[in-house]
Amino acid sequence: MKLITHNMLTSKCLKGVVTGYPLAINATDIKVKEVDFNPEFISRVIPKLDWEVLWVAADSIGHSDGLPRSLENKYDENEEFLKKAHKVLLEVEVEEGHLTCPESGRQFPISKGIPNMLLNEAEVQ
Amino acid sequence: METPHQNHIDKADFDHVYEPAEDSFLLIDAIEKDLENLRSRNPALCLEVGSGSGVVVTAFGMAFPSTFCISTDINFRACIMSKKTAEYNKVIFDSVRMDLASSFVDNIFDIIIFNPPYVVTDSEECGGDDITASWAGGVKGREVTDRLLEMIPKKLAKDGTFYLLLIEENIPDEVINIMSNHGFRYKTVVRRKVRNEQQIVLKFYRLIY
Repeated sequence: MKLITHNMLTSKCLKGVVTGYPLAINATDIKVKEVDFNPEFISRVIPKLDWEVLWVAADSIGHSDGLPRSLENKYDENEEFLKKAHKVLLEVEVEEGHLTCPESGRQFPISKGIPNMLLNEAEVQ
Repeated sequence: METPHQNHIDKADFDHVYEPAEDSFLLIDAIEKDLENLRSRNPALCLEVGSGSGVVVTAFGMAFPSTFCISTDINFRACIMSKKTAEYNKVIFDSVRMDLASSFVDNIFDIIIFNPPYVVTDSEECGGDDITASWAGGVKGREVTDRLLEMIPKKLAKDGTFYLLLIEENIPDEVINIMSNHGFRYKTVVRRKVRNEQQIVLKFYRLIY
């Protein structure tokens, strides 16, 4: 699971959960896999994300080094920044662990890099 | 558009995951037909719901290397296979085991693609998490599709496009009507008769955003 994906996941569909975001990450196995750097893509996708959530997520798994906690002006022109954002968004992969709903504590296992967000019938809103 | 390579897949795996068939390729053809329009929109995020082997979302990713592709499937083995297919074809990708698009935040996907379980079956056959989930569509072959239609207004970006494959038995006019009530226009992208199935790919986009 890449951190870009984590940024989009919510447990809001759980019964009794109001926001369900962001999910906490507990990682027991993390890999860093090289991905081609595409600065234009990174600039385009950042507005779609919650940057604070990304930073906290990266920090929680020890990968926030050098990543600014808030977006600076003209970040899209700062190649050094874009490279760091690229690494955190696309290259860091949580292979094993779990995600936790911030309100209910319900855990979602991550196995072979795939988070399991399936709920049983009784859990759904 | 290039067809993804699939030599990494063991034939036996297709006992558990939907093997690409004419419907999969029709969906790819539909995207190819709409390529110019899609390129002009420069999508950042693309989601395929129920990706199965991953052939469709991988084909998309190969044509759009500047788009992050993500897929969901209720079948864990399909998630694994989709991830492998994307990796094998050098597409930047992630897969999540999920019911349709239920656990995503709102309004982020520029493109959502769905080749649903469209076969008309008894309701009871619907709702499994193994290979039956790839074809069992319940009443009118629409039980799963209808659930996703309710999610589309929330999960699709305001200016996003939704591609959906149906067969005549699914009563496309009803689907068009449901989406119209949600404020979506449609276009028929491509049609094909495959043996006894009249397959059709529709695309939906908002009237005003």
